[in-house]
Amino acid sequence: MIRLPAFEYLKPRTVSDAVKFMSDRGPDAMLVAGGTDLYPNLKRRQFEPKALVGLRGIRELRGVRASGGGATIGSGTTLTQVATHPAVARRYPALATAAGLVSSPQLRNMGTLGGNVCVDTRCNYYNQTYDWRKAIGFCMKKDGDICLVAPGSSRCWAVSSSDTAPVLWALGATARLVGPGGERTLPVAALFRDDGIEYLAKRPDEILTEIALPPDDGWASVYLKLRRRGSFDFPVLGVAAAVRREGDIVREARIVLGAVASQPREATAAAAALVGQRLTSETITRVAELAAGPSKPLDNTDFTHPYRKKVTRVYVARALARLAGLDAGPSSYEAGA
Amino acid sequence: MSKNRFSVVGQPLPKIDAWGKVTGETRYADDLALPRLAHGRLLRSAHAHARIACIDTSRARALPGVYAVITGADLPRVKFGILPVSQDEEALCTEKVRMVGDAIAAVAAVDEETAERACRLIEVEYEPLPALMSIQDSLAHPEIRIHEYGDGPNVHKNVALQFGDVEAAFARADLVREDVFHFEGNTHLPMEQHAAVAHWMADGKLTLWSSTQTPHYVHRLLAKILDVPAAHIRVVAAPVGGGFGGKLDPFAHEIAACKLSQLTGRPVKIACTREEVFYIHRGRHPVLMWIKTGFTKQGDITGCHLRTWLDGGAYGSYGVASTFYTGVINPVTYKMPVYKFEGARVFTNRPPCGPKRGHGTPQPRFALECQLDKAAEQLGLDPADMRRRIVAEPFTKTANHLTVTTIGLEECIDKVVEASGWRDKRPRYQAAAAAQTPKPLWQPRLRKGVGIACSAYMTGAGTAIYWNNMPHSGVVVRADRSGGVTILCGATDIGQGSDSILAYLVAEVLGIEPKDVHVHPADTSLTPVDLGSYSSRVTLMCGQAAIQAGERLKAAVFKAVAAKLGVDASALVARERKIGVADDWDKALTFAQAVELGEAMHGVLAFPGSYAPPKRAGKYKGGGVGPSPCYSYSACVVELTVDEDTGTVVLDDVWIAHDIGRALNPLLVEGQVEGSIYMGIGEALMEEQVFRKHLHKTPSMLDYKSPTTLETPEIHTYLVETDDPEGPFGAKEAGQGPLLPVIPAIANAIYQAVGVRIDEVPITPDKIVKGLELKRQGKPARIGPDKLPLFTFKEPLVVDSAFGQPAEAIAVRPFAEETPR
Repeated sequence: MIRLPAFEYLKPRTVSDAVKFMSDRGPDAMLVAGGTDLYPNLKRRQFEPKALVGLRGIRELRGVRASGGGATIGSGTTLTQVATHPAVARRYPALATAAGLVSSPQLRNMGTLGGNVCVDTRCNYYNQTYDWRKAIGFCMKKDGDICLVAPGSSRCWAVSSSDTAPVLWALGATARLVGPGGERTLPVAALFRDDGIEYLAKRPDEILTEIALPPDDGWASVYLKLRRRGSFDFPVLGVAAAVRREGDIVREARIVLGAVASQPREATAAAAALVGQRLTSETITRVAELAAGPSKPLDNTDFTHPYRKKVTRVYVARALARLAGLDAGPSSYEAGA
Repeated sequence: MSKNRFSVVGQPLPKIDAWGKVTGETRYADDLALPRLAHGRLLRSAHAHARIACIDTSRARALPGVYAVITGADLPRVKFGILPVSQDEEALCTEKVRMVGDAIAAVAAVDEETAERACRLIEVEYEPLPALMSIQDSLAHPEIRIHEYGDGPNVHKNVALQFGDVEAAFARADLVREDVFHFEGNTHLPMEQHAAVAHWMADGKLTLWSSTQTPHYVHRLLAKILDVPAAHIRVVAAPVGGGFGGKLDPFAHEIAACKLSQLTGRPVKIACTREEVFYIHRGRHPVLMWIKTGFTKQGDITGCHLRTWLDGGAYGSYGVASTFYTGVINPVTYKMPVYKFEGARVFTNRPPCGPKRGHGTPQPRFALECQLDKAAEQLGLDPADMRRRIVAEPFTKTANHLTVTTIGLEECIDKVVEASGWRDKRPRYQAAAAAQTPKPLWQPRLRKGVGIACSAYMTGAGTAIYWNNMPHSGVVVRADRSGGVTILCGATDIGQGSDSILAYLVAEVLGIEPKDVHVHPADTSLTPVDLGSYSSRVTLMCGQAAIQAGERLKAAVFKAVAAKLGVDASALVARERKIGVADDWDKALTFAQAVELGEAMHGVLAFPGSYAPPKRAGKYKGGGVGPSPCYSYSACVVELTVDEDTGTVVLDDVWIAHDIGRALNPLLVEGQVEGSIYMGIGEALMEEQVFRKHLHKTPSMLDYKSPTTLETPEIHTYLVETDDPEGPFGAKEAGQGPLLPVIPAIANAIYQAVGVRIDEVPITPDKIVKGLELKRQGKPARIGPDKLPLFTFKEPLVVDSAFGQPAEAIAVRPFAEETPR
């Protein structure tokens, strides 16, 4: 069996203790919530922390609170809880869908919303055992200094692989971070950076404690996921779309693509082209072509990258059609469920 | 034989090990814990092809907690391999590594973590050699030799057989098709990773517990590899958590565990990681195929010529057999009066391929069944009707001298055609596929298709892998005074239910309950030899041996009961745990009482049963691969939906009818059929063992894509019983054959749905999208290989076709006499 490395496990009861542990230990420590991604990664020595600060015992991080028109979700809320919470399903159906499509039922029972938002970027040159990575020649994301998918590149092209992050971005959610210097709130859209290694704008000693969702007035949202199988698999393309309509005229729109870059990629030109329009068949086709522009997958995930690029427009069109009510609903395989 | 003749046979009983498996009681090799157990780990090569200049283990030895470190220098300098003709492996490589994952050194330590750390401290100096990662590479670079033996530079095996005049057969045909196909390699993916525990005890004798499908072959080979008398080695087969052919070779971890145990005086366990299982492999060969077949207007085959090129990987393994299997089984299914086969297995620096469920036959089956579909279309024939017309004749010989007994394929075709609604759906979907109305981008264009394919498979290989005149299967049945019965048999239950089958058969013969029968696990110091769980041989061969042993026990007990009751033994029956005269059942004795009488009369009641297949190998070189006591047949219809915009395929339903001879337990047969279908779906649509920069691209359960329950459609199974004279109570195999037709049936259904021919598996969404683009551009809508390797097959061995000759069911079956000696 492939074994975990030795590490110290710290078990704070409060966020402030967790912050203290993290700042005391500095770069030797990492946060862990459900551990569904981190522990396998540790076995492959993608990380070698001396200490893990476990967030599972912190009560204040858990739960969904629906208030007024909005909602806040503790980062330690499990993906199963997010996917099945009635208020989330009613007001933010795209989020319920995305949370419910992460991995498998067992892992959703352990994995958390915060963990999925902050999940490590992926690359099939990187998500391999130590010995495999050594055999091919280590890459810059761990133990090496070149990029194996784009050898001339000075940056890492590992892929953002969160289902919930593009949805939260599209919904205009904000993230609360608590660190040694206090707390701050920033849009989920500002939580990510376009770099496979430094993919989070969050400092390592900051803890994502809560996601706040704005009131859902007039907004409708949808999430579609491309993956090989109906379970287990990370997205190799995610399409989160949200629109606010007055009557049938779109007043605001956001389309965010997942798993086509090192961070969720907003298709701003496409979204802008929706504003002031009705969601007609023609508009949808035009906007879908525009939305596929920012999709720049590389050959480092499942499926061929030209294929992932090619079907981006199809997935965007289908997402918008669903918002327009043109489609009866997802057939099981399109949603991947 | 009518069904109600039986009391146990034909009942949908649970497996005898079902309770242990579902509650977790079953102790697999990795669950074994012995006092003072040491944990081992192998250091494996990071190079695909390199000379080993120097290995320094001193730092590893110095690590606290390390008990022993070995390299190939600590083992006898002897090469081995499962087939006598391919002795090309070393447990720990000494001079050269031939693939990433080749074992070089092994460590035993206080725990796995320490063993792993020690492995990292072993310093190996390599001199890298160019890696040959494909058939084309290996043939193009004869100056780089992976092995020094074989039928040419980097050619492991080159075979050519011809039965009749193919050119004349093509000249007679109304239509001659030539097609090229590729079948990508894939792996077994058993749930249980290989593990072994070795204990070389103070008395100088060795016991190995291992998750193996062939304890007997491991026993034989260990004696050679370790240079120890076989009489001092005991191999125990631990319960196997899935085999599929992946646990049929002797492996480095088994051998290293033995040596480390000898050196440390401790039991040593080595459990492979999932990644190591991908390297151990011995899975499906990637095969490139060229097939040329002549057809008459009515759809009859005039002759067929098949060429196959197998990417064998780094070692021989079962590869010589695999090469023959790509050629010899196709003629069993249809009337194929003339046949020519040329095959070549090429070494590459990839994990060695070998036997995987269907061993060597799914690839040419895919080629033949897709080609039949194309021919049917050209000839304007219904592909189901065309196949039904050309089904081989029962109790005849094939062109390549294989004896075929019962054939239930016509009935199988009728069942699936009827149940699937083929006659209604096929024209309907065909008409719908032709419609090309414009549609908006957002609206999915879903196309439905149905496809059909058939197949045949062996029920046990007719020859052993080493030449001998002994039984292929042996069983000892022992009755004890409690009324319990113990079966000793060297077969291994790999999940297929072979232990249960033994219990059912003996319970049937003796008129007791399966629960009264204890089946002892395979143990070379205790159980008679069975060659192993491969080639779908266990139910038939062990089953016949068990019936023979059971009948002998019954005869002895009947003799004693007859004396007691003062009746003739021929008047006795055994049922309901009693033995007596049917008309005077009140006087019947309990089985336990009968055993006591029997033991008082005869002494210990332990009786052997032996089985060897009828000797009827073709009288030509190579004629030993392909013969089987009997062949199972399957027909399969697949209905699926293709999303034209994404290329996604959703399987709606699979209808499969399987000629099982007789279902000894229909529940188990259906389980085997469904498991085969599931595995076939994975091979058809997603599984591929592929490499990038000399490394396996996806050596993990997450990244090697294999279907889940969600990708598995409704499977409608129909069992056809032909009561074969060769099988135990008429039974034939179920574990491999049903995998074969689903792959071409899927390809044929996809063609029907979208008009795109994908002549290679896996058929992935991107290939379908690409094919549809070609179609829209008015180009030939086909995705598949078009280049063939520059390669000269050897001069064929020309033999007269035996096609259509009448064949006796049983020629000579050794050990078949009725009474104990």
